[in-house]
Amino acid sequence: MPAGIVLALIALSGASILVGVGQIDIAAVLAGRADPDSLRLLLVSRIPRTFAIILSGMAIAVAAVIMQMLFRNRFIEPTTSGTVEAASLGLVVVAILAPGLPILAKMITAASVALVATFLFLRLVERIPARSSLLVPLAGLMLGGVIQAVTVFLALRFDLLQSVATWTNGDFSGVLRGRYELLWVGFALAAAAYFIADRFTVAGMGESFATNLGLDHRRIVATGLVIVSLVTSASVVTVGTVPFLGLIVANLGSLLMGDNLRRTLPWIAVCGAVFLLACDLAGRLIRYPYEIPVGTVVGVLGSAIFLMLLLRREARLG
Amino acid sequence: MIEVRNVTKAYGNTAVVADVSLDLPHPGLTVIVGPNGAGKSTLLSIMARLSPADSGSVRIGGMDVATARSDALARRVAILKQDNVMSARLTVRDLVGFGRFPHNRGRPTPVDRDRVAASIAFLNLGGLEHRFLDELSGGQRQRAFMAMVLCQDTDYLLLDEPLNSLDMRHAVETMRLLRRAVDELGKSVTVVLHDINFAAGYADRIVAMKAGRVVFDGAPGDFMSAAVLSGIYDMEIAVHRIGDRRIGMFER
Repeated sequence: MPAGIVLALIALSGASILVGVGQIDIAAVLAGRADPDSLRLLLVSRIPRTFAIILSGMAIAVAAVIMQMLFRNRFIEPTTSGTVEAASLGLVVVAILAPGLPILAKMITAASVALVATFLFLRLVERIPARSSLLVPLAGLMLGGVIQAVTVFLALRFDLLQSVATWTNGDFSGVLRGRYELLWVGFALAAAAYFIADRFTVAGMGESFATNLGLDHRRIVATGLVIVSLVTSASVVTVGTVPFLGLIVANLGSLLMGDNLRRTLPWIAVCGAVFLLACDLAGRLIRYPYEIPVGTVVGVLGSAIFLMLLLRREARLG
Repeated sequence: MIEVRNVTKAYGNTAVVADVSLDLPHPGLTVIVGPNGAGKSTLLSIMARLSPADSGSVRIGGMDVATARSDALARRVAILKQDNVMSARLTVRDLVGFGRFPHNRGRPTPVDRDRVAASIAFLNLGGLEHRFLDELSGGQRQRAFMAMVLCQDTDYLLLDEPLNSLDMRHAVETMRLLRRAVDELGKSVTVVLHDINFAAGYADRIVAMKAGRVVFDGAPGDFMSAAVLSGIYDMEIAVHRIGDRRIGMFER
């Protein structure tokens, strides 16, 4: 499987660079005698877009798998825990109070709000009796709904609904050189998470196991949630929300490879990139030359795959 | 040595553990028995720093569990609770490997790999090491958890009802294994059990708890008497001598 998934990543990246309304003579580019327009199209739009997809696909998948370990729940990811909604609330607040802030500062503000909301959600989950596994994401969706309502209210008042729409529906069509680089920050954080990957696995074994192994469970959770909030905000601010992606990739990864993150995290990241590349390509091809936002494609495809996974898991456990 | 001094823990107004003091020798196999709700598991959790005591202290090998560094403690004492709900999907080998975490901080050496293999063999899990825990039976899973805490290779081992969901053969093998850990490796093992005959058959020392207090603390021979047992469990228990063993039997 590893070789296959890497090949898929390479092939889809190539396709993502080639597909588009503007024609690029790739043979000429490779031979070094491309016309300046093709080259500009490649460097300003196609390559940045492809990188943006790969980086956010990886970051979203890693964030989801970390959250699932920390919450010990298979249905949790940034879009089912209020994290994403809080990030866009943070962005609205910044847009109202300090619209001139540099993008990195905007992202950090969004991440702080996301972090607060996610901690709030954690407290909420601890109070849910019997920790019913389906009640947890339901509570998260509800919390997300409440936060979203505040966001929309503010956006209505301050005429920011259009901005909110760009943050809520993931879309890579606006990605240009100079407007996606923040995703590298998200990627770097996801890579940093890899160095403490086994601590997240231990957290997933539960607080008693973590303590028994001499780890501070609360510190792991705090570290993990900071990483998740930053990664999520980086992708919300640059490309918008992509629902289901993390949920599906994390579940598939767990089903096929288990949860020893030290071993699986890189593959989960690559799977996230491949899945997002495929969905973005589909969105670009279905009604070519127009585009369907990737958030919509992932939402439709993702919910179908997720239902399938759910039924399989039930069958296996039953 | 494990020194428990005046440990008290209450939930609301009910004291679950009430002023318990114990000295558990090292090495030795101590079994804690008692009716449901006697506070056995809570005491074990306090001893392993999994939950804090309201008052009192526990020292293990001279380290105060409330204040010592958790990572240093993890190399001295290992605990396995009952009803382990594992939401991380791990293979037996991965799980057992995590037992080495306090020693290698996640960077396994050849020594660690040997220990993991030895633990897996010790608990009869050969052939299952690449299976995921959710693909095992309850008893196999229990043995995998046991292999993990053994692999942690600590002087002190605390086990909460380790015989749960084990069949008779594996229950006996587990007790023999714990006996060997004490006799051959010089470990100190403290086990919560329900079966008084298992307790009497393998323990060096039996501690009985009831309503948060220690009501018996002594040798298995003294424990196995109708008067003592009936007092602990509030029911008629007859003790019969069969061969050189005393067997407690409930009245039908």
